[in-house]
Amino acid sequence: MPDESDVEARHAADDGSVAGESHGRSLRDLVRALTRPSASQILLAAVLLVFGVGVGTQLTTKAADDPYATARRADLIQLLDTANAETSRLETEIEALKATRDKLQSGVDSAKVAQTEAQNRLDNLAILNGTVPATGPGIRVVIYDPSQKVTASTLLDAIEEFRDAGAEVIEINDSIRVVASTWFGGANGALVADNAAISLPLVIDVIGEGHALEEAARFRGGLVSQVQQFGGTVTITQESTVSITAVRALPQNRYARPA
Amino acid sequence: MFAILALLIGIALGIWLEPSLPTGLTTYLPIMIVAALDALFGALRAWFDGTFSDRVFAVSFFSNVLIAALIVFIGDQIGVGSQLSTAVVVVLGIRIFTNAAAIRRAIFHA
Repeated sequence: MPDESDVEARHAADDGSVAGESHGRSLRDLVRALTRPSASQILLAAVLLVFGVGVGTQLTTKAADDPYATARRADLIQLLDTANAETSRLETEIEALKATRDKLQSGVDSAKVAQTEAQNRLDNLAILNGTVPATGPGIRVVIYDPSQKVTASTLLDAIEEFRDAGAEVIEINDSIRVVASTWFGGANGALVADNAAISLPLVIDVIGEGHALEEAARFRGGLVSQVQQFGGTVTITQESTVSITAVRALPQNRYARPA
Repeated sequence: MFAILALLIGIALGIWLEPSLPTGLTTYLPIMIVAALDALFGALRAWFDGTFSDRVFAVSFFSNVLIAALIVFIGDQIGVGSQLSTAVVVVLGIRIFTNAAAIRRAIFHA
C-alpha cells in the first residue's frame, strides 16, 4: 500500500510523534516498544480493544448460530428454490413408484384369483374324469345275488338313479371307477364294466348326499325291489367317509380340441 | 504492552459478554474484521518503516472498516453483495500478504 504509506509518512512528519530514527526498525525495537509502554500507545490500545471486541463477537456469533443465519437473502432464496425443486422431483418419483407398486400388487392378486379358479376347475374335472382318488360322505351298497340274475341294464339303471340323486363319484367293487363313458355289458353272472369283469357280491361306493342316495335305491321299482324279485338282498349303509381310490387313465382326444 | 493487553481484553469481552449484533450488521462484521486486520498489518509495516503515527493509524483503521462495510452495503442494495464482498476480501487479502511480506523483510532481512 504505497499511497497509504506516503500519507502516513506525511502525517507522521506533521505530527512529529515518530521517533527520530533515520529509517527502519528491527524486531528488537518492537520488543523494546512493547516492554516499555508509552503514553502514545493509549490510542493504539483503544483501537485494538474495539477490534478485539469485534473479533470476539464474530467468533461467538459464528459458533452459536447456524450457517444460514448470516447468509444473504439471495443465497437463501436460491437454497429454498433448490430444496423445493428437489422436493417436487422426489414427490413425482414417489407417485410413480406408488403407481408401479399398486399395479404389481393388483397383478399379483388377479394372478392368485385366476390360479385358484383354475385349481378349482382342475379338481372338479379330475374328479369328474376319475383321474384322482376322492373322499367324502356317501353310501356303500352291497348286492348279494346268489341266483346271478342282476343284469347290466339293472346295474346301469341303478347308476343312473344314483346320478339323478346327486352322486358325484361312483366306484364298483373298489376297482372300477364309474365315469361318463363307462359302459356295462356281459351276460348274467359275468357282468363286465369297461372291459373289467365284475365279481360277486357286487359292491357300489357312492359319494354324495347319503339320504338322497339311499332313497334312490330303495324307491318302489328301484334297485332294491328289483334285486329282491330275483331273490337277492341289498344292504345299504350310509357312511360319513367313503374313500374311493380307483382311478382311471385319461383318454387322449384324437379329434376334439378346446374351442 | 498496552496494545496487546487491550487486544486480548477486547477479544475476551466479545466472547464473554456476547454483545447481540443488530441483524443488519451480521453480514458486514466479517468484512469489517478483515478490513481492520488490513489496517493492523499496514500499521505494523509503517512502524517498521519508521513512519508510524497512532492518529493516522486510528483514522485509517476506522475509515478502512467503514469503507469496506459501505462497499458491501452498496453491493447488497444493487444486488451484487456477495460478489462485492468476495472482491473486498480478495483485495484486502492481497494487501495483507503484501504488508506481511514487508514486515517479514524488516524482521528477518529476507
